[in-house]
Amino acid sequence: MQTFESKIPDGPIKEKWKKHKESIKVVSPNNKMKLDIIVVGTGLAGGSAAASLAELGYNVKSFCYQDSPRRAHSIAAQGGINAAKNYQNDNDSVFRLFYDTIKGGDYRSREANVFRMAEVSGNIIDQCVAQGVPFAREYGGTLANRSFGGVLVSRTFYARGQTGQQLLLGSYAAMNRQIANGKIQLYARREMLDLVVIDGKAKGIITRNLITGEIERHGAHAVVIASGGYSNVFYLSTNAMGSNVSPVWQIYKKGAFFANPSYAQIHPTCIPVHGEYQSKLTLMSESLRNDGRIWVPKEKVDAIKLQFSEIKPNDIPEEKRDYYLERRYPSYGNLVPRDVASRAAKERCDAGFGVNSSGKAVFLDFAATIKERGKEEIEKKYGNLFQMYQKITDVNPYEEPMMIYPAIHYTMGGTWVDYNLMTTIPGLYAIGEANFSDHGANRLGASALMQGLADGYFILPYTIGNYLADEIQTPKINTNVKEFEDAENAIMERLKSVMLIQGSKTVDYFHKRLGQIMWDKVGMSRNEKGLKEAIEEIRTLRKEFWKDIRVPGSLNNINPELEKAGKTADFLELGELMARDALQRNESCGGHYREEFTTEEGEAKRDDENYSFVGAWEYKGEDSVPELHKEHLEFEYVKLTQRSYK
Amino acid sequence: MAEKILRKIKLKIWRQENAQSKGYFDTYELENISTDASFLEMMDLLNEHLIMEGIDPVAFDHDCREGICGSCGLFINGRAHGPDNDITTCQLHMRKFREGATIVIEPWRAKSFPVIKDLMVDRSAFDIIQQAGGFITINTGSAVVANTILIDPKSAETAMDAASCIGCGACVAACKNSSAMLFVAAKVTHLANLPQGKPEAKKRAIQMAKKMDELGFGGCSNTGACEVECPKNISISTIATLNREYLSANVDQ
Repeated sequence: MQTFESKIPDGPIKEKWKKHKESIKVVSPNNKMKLDIIVVGTGLAGGSAAASLAELGYNVKSFCYQDSPRRAHSIAAQGGINAAKNYQNDNDSVFRLFYDTIKGGDYRSREANVFRMAEVSGNIIDQCVAQGVPFAREYGGTLANRSFGGVLVSRTFYARGQTGQQLLLGSYAAMNRQIANGKIQLYARREMLDLVVIDGKAKGIITRNLITGEIERHGAHAVVIASGGYSNVFYLSTNAMGSNVSPVWQIYKKGAFFANPSYAQIHPTCIPVHGEYQSKLTLMSESLRNDGRIWVPKEKVDAIKLQFSEIKPNDIPEEKRDYYLERRYPSYGNLVPRDVASRAAKERCDAGFGVNSSGKAVFLDFAATIKERGKEEIEKKYGNLFQMYQKITDVNPYEEPMMIYPAIHYTMGGTWVDYNLMTTIPGLYAIGEANFSDHGANRLGASALMQGLADGYFILPYTIGNYLADEIQTPKINTNVKEFEDAENAIMERLKSVMLIQGSKTVDYFHKRLGQIMWDKVGMSRNEKGLKEAIEEIRTLRKEFWKDIRVPGSLNNINPELEKAGKTADFLELGELMARDALQRNESCGGHYREEFTTEEGEAKRDDENYSFVGAWEYKGEDSVPELHKEHLEFEYVKLTQRSYK
Repeated sequence: MAEKILRKIKLKIWRQENAQSKGYFDTYELENISTDASFLEMMDLLNEHLIMEGIDPVAFDHDCREGICGSCGLFINGRAHGPDNDITTCQLHMRKFREGATIVIEPWRAKSFPVIKDLMVDRSAFDIIQQAGGFITINTGSAVVANTILIDPKSAETAMDAASCIGCGACVAACKNSSAMLFVAAKVTHLANLPQGKPEAKKRAIQMAKKMDELGFGGCSNTGACEVECPKNISISTIATLNREYLSANVDQ
């Protein structure tokens, strides 16, 4: 068993990564050719890791549940990617990006990890440009930037509102080159069902072929989990329908600690919920807050008229509008961080100022910008987002303000990893959104893409060598051994048992009910009573699931309901851990907002003395309470203050 | 957002157990569908009913449900992605359909995209085409500093227009020859418009086009059907770029 140590290198923060790279072991080219690495997930983290590791000479096996690596949900990231290039000459720097990220994360992330991410951020842009990512350009041909929430500089690089797509197609292209070279073996339409640990080290995975239903064994000298986040525990989220916690949950049950599960991000600018049949929520990029102004009516009577469609938003005169973010946070205005903007919207709606029939929406208005700079400019910048909005809502946002409401978007929590991105299981790594490492209790906009690519292109390819250098004598992993057989048998058992129940409720029924509990009691604001209730309710629901679920079809054919059942079963366990983690954290920080712990102005109130730690949970068996381990966070370079965006 | 309810609709859906079996149409009725529901949410409701009735639910590909991953693709009433322009199937909403309508739902039909179950097809041929040359040869770590490559905004915009292809396959499904010309042309045009992509531009055009032929996609029909149904508005002028790159590469050889 690996020890629970962060392994942060000594020395000044600016030297740590450099010195660490110099001191860690390197594998020779001819030995790399003998080593196999499994990468689960093909998003920005998994795709960039698979490509970079293959370029180095390792044999990579890459897995995704979609029909092609290009469909991973990183593709949906819209607004941009941060990098401390200081191309705008606005006094940006690696230190400032580091500082903003630590502050934005409400002082709940590791200084050393965050600094390293900021350090490599510039290389990411270089790499992506070289791959042919068509970033936006200035007239002179240089790269353009925009600004994002929570910062005072413009450091976000973008490709219209499709930055995630373009970056992902870049890493996908790099993967394709290595697939053609024979260095990546691609396994699409595969679902990971378990991790195989031999003599305490990660040595492979079990997968299900989603076409044939075949259960497959795959061995490797190291396993990398890049399966993304777990927002779908809330049922309605901005994640793709297939996004899931399952690989992260499987490794948790095999001994990898799960850190800060309760840190989930609510994104302030999503299209409001419209009906019971709704299957997912759609995000409108945060970049829209650059040019759009957020408001609700000043007077409740106007809000009520809007709720009953008696008046149109444009009927409300300027002086009767409450631009509440600009009012409450004059220095950041509409560009406050996501958690702050989300809570402010909820506060106004809870107070009765919501603007749609459900009372759960605020306006995001572009009229002033369109008047000032013209429709063309807005169209050029956000055309695809406006089109998307209109297709979904049937409202033309060039003429009427958009309606938005917060929704679950990203999870900062994830598998605990050390400085090398290794989990508590030797040889097992977690990268991208799947790990917990860089965003603390709240992620800043345009930082998810940065972290995924930092991990995959520039960090893991170095740190994994330090472990693999000791594995060069290990021959190809033999999958005809007891450990693989046991894992496979346990999976078959579980698959068969879920099919046998043939109860009276579909998977979606359970998933929706879980989502409702999570949103009501483990969502944007939480309290002790609600969290305790959530734990009990989730346990009851879980029991009901295993008694009354109905999964149609067969095990050996394409069976989407079977896939959903497995994912939902895991969410039903994760939900409880999230509530438990939220309950132990008697403070508010970032996305974790406990009603008992707030300032007089209603802002999140941290307790640095008692809660300045990473909460890492260790699985103790099905009916036992997991054990909490604490990694204390040291802050040497950033002074802890109450976050203020006023 | 004036919500209305479609009291009754009829769905004529292609059912097929697996790649080997023979397919057929089956008809289902569905009641009380909100016009604000998306097309795929309507399909979800259908499947909920089918499961409770003990009928195998209809399999279809989908994931992001916001029009960008390219997973979904249904042939609805004879049109790829259905009766609306510039969208994917997941962005289609029920407000585009009338009370009592019969909606015919089929998978993409193309030799190179075999049906694997119901409305799901195998599009791995698209990945194989990309592997034949849809990239710039650059290893991680060897890139030059970003702003040393200047790109005029017009070229960047043209590249971006083409790069927005989501690989859904609607172009192939819409083409009477099941040609993948627009798909290949989009990638070739994206990279040929950037200085970084120029060194390999000709080789790329030749290799990708060759692979497309090998995989059984037909020749360009010149009808422009692909452009009409492309959810991302990829222009057929990209095909002219592909032809130009291809021809000049052949002249060089």
